Amino acid sequence: MPDVRASTPDDAPHAHRHPRRRARHARHARRRAQSGFALAALVTALTVLTACGDDGGSAAEGSLTLYSGRNEDLIAPLLERFTADTGIDVEARYGNTAQMAAQLLEEGDRSPADVFLAQDAGALGAVAKEGLFTRLPAASLDAVPAGFRSAGGEWVGVTARSRVLVYNADAVAETDLPASVFELTEPRWSGRVGVVPTNASFQAFVTAMTVVDGEERTREFLAGLADNEPQIRDSNLAVLEEVDAGTLDVGLINHYYVGELAAERGVAPDRLDARLHFFPGGDIGALVNVAGVGVLTTAADDPEAQAFVDYLLGPDAQTYFAEQTFEYPVVDGVAGPSGLPALAELTTPDVDLNDLDGLEGTIALIQASGLTP
Amino acid sequence: MSRALPLSRLSPPRRPLLSLAALGAAAVTAIPLCYLLVRALTPGWAGWAETVLTTRVAELTARSLALAAVVTAACVVLGVGSGFAVTRTDLPARRAFAVLAALPLAVPTYIAAFTWVSTFRGMEGFWPAALVLTLCCYPYVFLPVTAALVGADPAQEEVSASLGRGPLRTGVAVTLGQIRPAIGAGALLVALYVLSDFGAVSILRTDTFTRAVFVTFDLGFDRTGAVLLSTALVLLTVVVLSAESVTRTRHARYTRLGSGARRPHPRLRLGRARLPVAAAMAGLCALSLGLPAVNLARRLAAGVSEPGTLGEVARATGATLWLAGTGAALTTVLALPVGLLAVRSPGRLAALLERLTYLSHALPGVVIGLSLVFFGINVAYPLYQSTWLLALGYAALFMPLAVAGIAAAAAQAPAVLEEVASSLGRRPLGVLRTVTLPLMIPGVASGAALVFIACVKELPATLLLRPTGMDTLATELWTQASVAAYAAATPYAALLLVVSAGPAWLLARRTGVLAESGAQVSR
Repeated sequence: MPDVRASTPDDAPHAHRHPRRRARHARHARRRAQSGFALAALVTALTVLTACGDDGGSAAEGSLTLYSGRNEDLIAPLLERFTADTGIDVEARYGNTAQMAAQLLEEGDRSPADVFLAQDAGALGAVAKEGLFTRLPAASLDAVPAGFRSAGGEWVGVTARSRVLVYNADAVAETDLPASVFELTEPRWSGRVGVVPTNASFQAFVTAMTVVDGEERTREFLAGLADNEPQIRDSNLAVLEEVDAGTLDVGLINHYYVGELAAERGVAPDRLDARLHFFPGGDIGALVNVAGVGVLTTAADDPEAQAFVDYLLGPDAQTYFAEQTFEYPVVDGVAGPSGLPALAELTTPDVDLNDLDGLEGTIALIQASGLTP
Repeated sequence: MSRALPLSRLSPPRRPLLSLAALGAAAVTAIPLCYLLVRALTPGWAGWAETVLTTRVAELTARSLALAAVVTAACVVLGVGSGFAVTRTDLPARRAFAVLAALPLAVPTYIAAFTWVSTFRGMEGFWPAALVLTLCCYPYVFLPVTAALVGADPAQEEVSASLGRGPLRTGVAVTLGQIRPAIGAGALLVALYVLSDFGAVSILRTDTFTRAVFVTFDLGFDRTGAVLLSTALVLLTVVVLSAESVTRTRHARYTRLGSGARRPHPRLRLGRARLPVAAAMAGLCALSLGLPAVNLARRLAAGVSEPGTLGEVARATGATLWLAGTGAALTTVLALPVGLLAVRSPGRLAALLERLTYLSHALPGVVIGLSLVFFGINVAYPLYQSTWLLALGYAALFMPLAVAGIAAAAAQAPAVLEEVASSLGRRPLGVLRTVTLPLMIPGVASGAALVFIACVKELPATLLLRPTGMDTLATELWTQASVAAYAAATPYAALLLVVSAGPAWLLARRTGVLAESGAQVSR
């Protein structure tokens, strides 16, 4: 690995290293610029220099490299606690979950990553399918309900999130809320529903619908939704903001975004005009999905990687997620986010996330409905 | 241009060293194309046809081309209009306007689009996307046109006038002819940028090719599908490039021979139109710069999230300067032989290599990023996740921005001076060092500044290729904005604009418009 990779943000060696390097390069550059083609030689020289700094091995002892498809704001503080507790340094690389999955697939068995923390079970499934994840020990897998982990043992859920209908309390009376997500295709919701069809969570929800309610009913639902003047947006946050502002009446999103917006406003989630409606009675609109983690085969024997997975499933991290990211813990004995109904109290649809790998069919359905490009 | 000289009957001089260097440079931009080829071969011809030869792709093609055409046309109108206003009229505060007209380059389309949708709710679709892209892209036309208007030989217009043509006919026949190459170069950059843009089209929900490519990654984590769509985008770029070639005209001398003090151009008195024109310029600046600024300030005031320590902000700024600086330096060095070859040794090879650099310019950043991941993992593993691989990615993305400036500078540096140096016994490298480069420094610097700004704004390839643990202003902005921490995001957005403002000012200055005296005013 190249030496320029920095370690944790706190001790960040690049803070003082880069200015010096910059100055050195600048001096070189000035001299060489005057000698024309020699600049090309400089590039070559620096290339070689960088190559020489390569130690050729995987992460140093007592450290691990994490690819995080989850946000740095949420994960970095957790990593600091992990390092403080265990003495294991984490080199974290942050990105978009889907693009990071593609990156892992390109890297294959030469990936510098030890652990992949993803926003979405589908991305974990895509990496697992290529055989890049090692099988996790039974102790890790058994810590969470069977529906929240890979049947092959390649990944395990870390937090749970529910699909919800977010609604503006001034625009929609509680008594008028739909009992089922299927009602959103009715004329009374025409032009009032915010949808994010390009989002992985929406896609998982549609897949689950095909599993539970059948493909035909799903096709009808999507067609009905598309015909009902849906307000299509680019992100769950965009839908939530509009519902809160009253420019949209309702929207289909994940529940925890309300926590993020409330934090930015500096208020409790229940002070927002945007409220959460969990579809009752096991309706598929209340699908519970997970964000999860997998260990790359290259790190199969790294105790650090396993320690990190254990930490994520331990009470400290689970409590952190419930408090900071407004998500549901997946292990027993940890309280859920305050102000929300407990996961156990909700009648969620009975869906095994392992059954949600029929993505190609789902995408064809969504695209055929005209909801996405 | 050397082609126009009487010597042009002779075949252009062969320059093996230069050709070799240009070949090497063009190879960098060919990395993404090779990657696409390798990945597209996996599903085979049938798989390709199944994904690409569909009505959906036909629609995407039509919409992408339409958007590129509309935005390019609008940018030409705005760019030429404002360029003319600041160079050839008695517009008040024209120097200030000249700088302000260059600054939108510093505004990333994702920031611009975000401010528009949050200011005007429900704004989405083709025309809003065209509006936002136009406001962000017109400096690509404004800058070269302004430089051409300042640098054009006033004698040609005087000859035209002395032959009885009125100001309007002179303007159309002579002035327009003089700035035509500049318009063409700027328009091409705009058109290709529009094809590759993701920020505006995703936020404003216009289904173009690039949006479809990004969405394909998200939907089902479908790498192969995204790659197949990108191959179609390459074909689309070839179409745009061919269209541009057709409009290029041979002939014509655009620069003055000889040097000496340049006479300023006579200025058109705007008279009663002076204030309306100034108001129009001010309105353009308000829409392209003021609206984002006001929106950012409002977000900052409304939120409670904090951007982290001063150290973190400073570190992100430092990383941005370092990465964009490295990217701009490498890109410019690689662009130098390509641009020089195109002018000094024009021919099939030179044209091919120059065009090759444009091909990857229209590809989405995420595809460039993945192709460099592929290259790093399989070919240059020691460089993987180092600054240098990211710099190569920037070079693959942005080389045309530098090539255009370098080629223009080379065209204006009289080849005869190099020939004299050669005839006096200087070796080729010596000629380059002592004659060509010094003459071209302004053009090279402009190219580097354009690339620098593009690198500062770039997000998807940066996310995939940056050294682990290194945060830039763009990645920090993305991090904060994706958890609704808008107040925390604002300082990064503001710094992003500030960091790009310097090079944008440099670009405005390089056009020469700031140095021109406003003394002479015609009737």
